[in-house]
Amino acid sequence: MKCYYGRIMAVKGVSLSVNPEEIVCLIGANGSGKTTLLSAVCGLLPDWTGEMEFFEQSLKGMEPPAVVRSGISLVPEGRLIFPPLSVLDNLKLGAYTMYKKKAADTVKKDLEYVTGLFPVLKERFDQPAGTLSGGEQQMLAIARALMARPKLLLLDEPSMGLAPMIVERIMEVLEVLRKRGITIVLVEQNALAALEVADRGYVFETGSVVLQGSADELLADKDVKRAYLGKDYGDFYDAV
Amino acid sequence: MQEILQYLFSGITNGAIYAVIAVGFSMLYSSTELINFAHGEFVMLGALSMVTLAAGFGWPLVPAFVLTVAAVGMAGLLFERLAIRPVRQPDHIVLIIITVGASIFLRGLGMLIWGKDAYSMQPFSDHPPIDVAGAKLLAQSIWILVIVMALTAGLHLFYRRTLTGKAMSACAVSKKAAWIVGIPTKWMVLLAFALATAMGAVAGAIIAPVTMSSYDMGTVLGLKGFCAAMLGGLGSLWGAILGGFLLGILEALGVGFVSSGLKDATAFVLLLLVLYVRPQGIIGSAEVKRF
Repeated sequence: MKCYYGRIMAVKGVSLSVNPEEIVCLIGANGSGKTTLLSAVCGLLPDWTGEMEFFEQSLKGMEPPAVVRSGISLVPEGRLIFPPLSVLDNLKLGAYTMYKKKAADTVKKDLEYVTGLFPVLKERFDQPAGTLSGGEQQMLAIARALMARPKLLLLDEPSMGLAPMIVERIMEVLEVLRKRGITIVLVEQNALAALEVADRGYVFETGSVVLQGSADELLADKDVKRAYLGKDYGDFYDAV
Repeated sequence: MQEILQYLFSGITNGAIYAVIAVGFSMLYSSTELINFAHGEFVMLGALSMVTLAAGFGWPLVPAFVLTVAAVGMAGLLFERLAIRPVRQPDHIVLIIITVGASIFLRGLGMLIWGKDAYSMQPFSDHPPIDVAGAKLLAQSIWILVIVMALTAGLHLFYRRTLTGKAMSACAVSKKAAWIVGIPTKWMVLLAFALATAMGAVAGAIIAPVTMSSYDMGTVLGLKGFCAAMLGGLGSLWGAILGGFLLGILEALGVGFVSSGLKDATAFVLLLLVLYVRPQGIIGSAEVKRF
């Protein structure tokens, strides 16, 4: 598929597949088209050509609310929580589509589940979400997305600007979610953290996929090491 | 003392009206970032419909009031559908000019339907004015205050307690964020238009008994409501209420102690002052400028 911003082609023809209960990560530098791809999947960006299917249902022409109803939730770049609203209200709004499906009982259970994953949110239920720390806000954004009961969870840069310990906690939660049957697509610049939890990965460069494979293969790949894992040419050319 | 009290009564009554109009402005602004310059015309439609139904057709007050508010709310809905939604490049300036055009259109429509005459109607109840320390408080003033307070409490509960109200607040914070959690933002905008114009209709319906209603009453009322909303802080419910009462009271005191020529000037002097000194309004802060 291809994605456009106006006349600019931001994603130049990529083909990806994600299997159920898999964690797939997309890595690549700024501007390589990862976020654009996620925007297209969740309906924020209508200008794309090609085919996109989710459980044999085409996502063509769907707006975000319909995409959420069909079981895909996005944890956006920059979190996009609702700062003036309380943490509890943020979570309840995450369940907006569930309330509309008349599933208020499951919302209660889901609230317990997500606060079990991130106990700190429960302590802050009545605080405005804007008063949370960056890590807590990221947890809230993930919890909010989970409230819609997604089958596929898309995460855009969840580790951005967070302390390594919190990144680790978030990656642990992703593993827990996968065991619960949720499929995860993770977009990351922090390639090392992402590849450690992922099963497979795609490497993006200026709008195309330049490399794909299992997470272990990518971790071992020289180009990936050099470009995304913070090693110099020197590091391994000396060693070789 | 008696004089001051009398001025205060009339100021609070007018203030309550300005407050309701300001809430309409604020509500729409927080959901759409749009200033609806046709808002005053919806107040006019509310007042004239109320007069026609209650005085002209002799309907009882409650059904006349309900139908007026519902009909003007519907008009607001049509306004969004027909004039705002189809705009291809919805820049703010384009949309604002559309609302200015709509205000001229609605004024013309009002003139065609009701002519250039001014109408009046009986107060909601014919109790004699109440005597408070020598000053007279009209029964209609009490009606106005009670209705405005009930409306404010209702709106507060709507935004705080209901899912739809919270979803509207969420849209006001960030449309994109609301969209990706699955909130149908277009419906929320439509709802905001209907609610805001219904709010204007309420203002029109409750002042119909204390003023002369005519096709061109909306302009000044709309501008006053806008001043009140700016004064309190655009986008804040309590700011709009505070701004409305403050404007009403200052206006009444200005008329009483300085000159009756000051009545309309007060609002605009205050508006200029606010814009110079504290553009975010009394309650509004630069960051949290929403409901």
